[in-house]
Amino acid sequence: MTETFSGSRGLIIEEGLIFEQDTLGQSGVDLAEPAPVVDRLGGLERKGRIGLPGLSEPTVVRHYTRLSQKNFGIDSVFYPLGSCTMKHNPRLNEKLARLPGLSDIHPFQPQSTVQGALELIDMTAHWLKTLTGMPAIAMSPAAGAHGEFCGLMAIRAAFNDRGEKRTRVLVPESAHGTNPASAAACGFTVDTIPATARGRVDLAALKAKLGPDVAAIMVTNPNTCGLFEDEILEIAEAIHGVGGYFYCDGANYNAIVGRVRVADLGVDVMHINLHKTFSTPHGGGGPGAGPTVLSAALAPYAPLPAVVHDDKGFRLIEHAAESGAKPVGRIKGYHGQFGVFVRALAYMMSMGADGLRQASTDAVLNANYLLAQLGDDLSASFDGPCMHEALFDDRFLKDSGVTTLDFAKALIDEGYHPMTMYFPLVVHGALLMEPTETESKDTLDQFIASVRGLAKRAKAGEADGFKAAPVHTPRRRLDETLAARSPVLRWTPPAVAKAAE
Amino acid sequence: MRYLPLTDADRRTMLDAIGASSVDDLFRDVPVAARRDAPVDLPHHASEMEVERRLTALAQKNLSAGCAPFFIGAGAYRHHVPAAVDALIQRGEFLTSYTPYQAEVSQGTLQYLFEFQTQVALITGMDVANASMYDAATATAEAASMACRVTKRKKIILSGDLHPHYRSVTASTLQFTDLEVEALDPDPIGIEDMLGRIDSQTACVVVQNPSFFGRVNDLRALAAACHDEGALLVVVVAEPVSLGLVTSPGEMGADIVVAEGQSIGNGLNFGGPGLGLFSTKDKYVRQMPGRLIGQTVDSEGRRGWVLTLSTREQHIRREKATSNICTNSGLCALAFTIHLSLLGEEGLRKLARINHANAVILAEKLASVKGVKLLSQTFFNEFAVQLPKPAAEVVEALAAKRILGGVPVSRFYPNYPELADVLLLTATETNSEGDIDALVAALKEVL
Amino acid sequence: MSQLYFTTEHEWINVEGNLGTVGITDYAQHALGDIVFVELPQAGAKVTKGGDAAVVESVKAASDVYSPVTGDVAAINDAIVDAPALVNEAPEAAGWFFQVALSNPAELEGLMDRAAYDEYVAGLE
Repeated sequence: MTETFSGSRGLIIEEGLIFEQDTLGQSGVDLAEPAPVVDRLGGLERKGRIGLPGLSEPTVVRHYTRLSQKNFGIDSVFYPLGSCTMKHNPRLNEKLARLPGLSDIHPFQPQSTVQGALELIDMTAHWLKTLTGMPAIAMSPAAGAHGEFCGLMAIRAAFNDRGEKRTRVLVPESAHGTNPASAAACGFTVDTIPATARGRVDLAALKAKLGPDVAAIMVTNPNTCGLFEDEILEIAEAIHGVGGYFYCDGANYNAIVGRVRVADLGVDVMHINLHKTFSTPHGGGGPGAGPTVLSAALAPYAPLPAVVHDDKGFRLIEHAAESGAKPVGRIKGYHGQFGVFVRALAYMMSMGADGLRQASTDAVLNANYLLAQLGDDLSASFDGPCMHEALFDDRFLKDSGVTTLDFAKALIDEGYHPMTMYFPLVVHGALLMEPTETESKDTLDQFIASVRGLAKRAKAGEADGFKAAPVHTPRRRLDETLAARSPVLRWTPPAVAKAAE
Repeated sequence: MRYLPLTDADRRTMLDAIGASSVDDLFRDVPVAARRDAPVDLPHHASEMEVERRLTALAQKNLSAGCAPFFIGAGAYRHHVPAAVDALIQRGEFLTSYTPYQAEVSQGTLQYLFEFQTQVALITGMDVANASMYDAATATAEAASMACRVTKRKKIILSGDLHPHYRSVTASTLQFTDLEVEALDPDPIGIEDMLGRIDSQTACVVVQNPSFFGRVNDLRALAAACHDEGALLVVVVAEPVSLGLVTSPGEMGADIVVAEGQSIGNGLNFGGPGLGLFSTKDKYVRQMPGRLIGQTVDSEGRRGWVLTLSTREQHIRREKATSNICTNSGLCALAFTIHLSLLGEEGLRKLARINHANAVILAEKLASVKGVKLLSQTFFNEFAVQLPKPAAEVVEALAAKRILGGVPVSRFYPNYPELADVLLLTATETNSEGDIDALVAALKEVL
Repeated sequence: MSQLYFTTEHEWINVEGNLGTVGITDYAQHALGDIVFVELPQAGAKVTKGGDAAVVESVKAASDVYSPVTGDVAAINDAIVDAPALVNEAPEAAGWFFQVALSNPAELEGLMDRAAYDEYVAGLE
């Protein structure tokens, strides 16, 4: 194929960095001249250039538009990413989050002037408590990992309050990395529990590791293999039996949201990923929100702030003294991810109790359909049924010369974002697929056809094509080794870079 | 329901393919006691129109900042965000994309984050920055923790001039580690003796510039004192627009700089989501938490970007990770990057000048109000004043006149009676001369 | 006369007199993939048998390198800090990690020789 002069290829346009398009003195914003005043900077006026490029508005708009065209997004492609719940992000949520009465309000306005905002937080909290059946909630965590941290903090505070020193937290080997990281951040040591051949937590192994020094167990349910922990009541009983707490990682809540009462599973604390189960956009890596529901035993230790409602209206509790409880402190600035709450509440209201029930139903149905249709072509790691995600491993690629990674890159050329790869760690070369309920049967059938075709090609020994994939993307495979061995983490002006050599 | 594409016919066909007689079959592992047989006791599904009606009703119960003279800051600042920012961040390829783990189909996200990292390093005067944290408060806690890893010491000293939320989040976050957090009393007029407290056990000193009470400080002597004892200086910037006019923390000798990025590109949104900025020196990069984007080439030799140095992070290091952070604040970082790209060098400098000028004019006009005493001898766009009566009462009285006249410090420090009369006031480019005159007139009435 | 031993954690130790040179095996470097960074102990630090001594990072994984024996770190290999690729290229030669002065040579008795290690590795695959 002939190379173009520009390096662009039709709709795939080569675009440099903003720093390389600098026009001295230019700005894309019109600003009035500042009034002449005697400054009060104490002699600390910034001297010298900051180094930011000057650009006009058309240049900036073109630059970021072109960048966007190099991305996949849920709006354009199917993203069967396990444990991420890449469901449709409704635009109504975006519209409502931008209402001036919800977006142009300051966290420290007098509370009488933001009663609607406080009521919104309270309403969102009410929906989440009612859905899970749990009596209390901390709204401030900024993401799932932050919610885990919040829950473990409450657990640690509860034991401290009783004068009990417990140092260990049990975590299944299939757990997401944030689980042990969050436990370590609370000063706990992490003890791993193996999985059974059926992909669930090994109850016997769990019981063997229990002791009076165990503070909690962290269990994802459904688990990261996409399976419901069928011995969950026994797990809860076992940890409660030694006076410990049951932390449930709610990343997979989409499988059960309208159909299971979390409180009845023996859960003491669970974080909910609003950017997963409740449709708020992933935004290329955030922002999310991780509100955390708590049992009555742990509720007193929930971090500040809280929103309360009495006959005088809605009020923020921002200080321990006014809380009447023993909050573990504050883990986030201001009042939580309010913009994310607005989007989540709009979604919850749109779906309603009946819609949310149908959503978990369809999510599980779609995943089982993939499992049934692909079980023969790929190697399913466990017998079905699965919940909202289906786990395969790389046994079907044995002796083909094609790895899970290569298979995923070939899927990109087919116009799909690959499934989650190499997670969970309990199987080799994992391929974890979560379709969600917002995919049609047609989309699934097309995906199935592509996957079957690729599997056949791989087993036929045509590894070269896989190794070269993807070929239809703005960039081919990138050298991650080079990036890690010689890190270049920012643009540097050429003169400076040259001097540094 | 408009977000659910499956039809009943689809469901039946799929159940047949699965070999299940009903969907309930697929939920057979759920303990009977925990099953819900019917939808939860909450409203049923609603149309767009209906949801819009209900949330608009809630919105109308709030007095939005644009509807009244507005002078509130305290870590969240109201600036004009150009229309192009919101239009661009709503593009589906940005809004609905995932974390850029598959680099070949995420070059858009990876490139803008690389530009973001560069911009953050430039404005803070540091070598390298990460791809964002949740907010300044959590970033402060992470910075303190990082300083302890770097120095292998355990003592953290928090200045009394830090935003109270940054202080309490740092103290709360680290309370169950073996690190020691010493938080000095709130320091409105800048008399705390930080220099005398640094010793060979100190991992870091954390200060804010401009401070929570508005003051702009020269941190060079403090930086030198820290380095003499082998400690690190962590500087927090609540208002990044100030970096267009005030000497950067990097130039003053900071080792780690964190900031709240909200005021550039992102609206107030009742305080969330925020945008944590985090930058440091090259030599500390491996101890830096959060995601990092690195430049590389693809198999055809063309420049591109990838997530790198991931081995510091939770998905690999697990309990030995530098932080547990996973999802951060990507879209807010994009809004920041686009706004800062539009402003550019000249725009940011001019915007900062306008902010400072408006704050100076506000301070000068307040001098004519009997009983109001300016406490901040230096400031950028926010300062503290002492009133002749409790500031909380005054703010409520102003609100009754539909003026959002600042934040009483007692909201953050209810147990410090000496701070009950202190009010924080902010003026940005969004304040007109009319706003300022209205505030001054109202104060004369209520005081 | 030097003697080469192996551990089940895929470290090797080449002992001459009282000094042991430690590195990771070819099997380990292959499993890790391209190595991008190594973190070595400080010279003079104490290491214990089976305890953490170093960290080796590839793009996708970070692995702890344990010391096969107890002793004091006598020397470290700066070459692999500057060029981590050396561990991939010559894992059992120029890509060594550190040298230990053994405090208890009896610990070597529990380690495998080349034949036993090769058999052990064959059993893993």
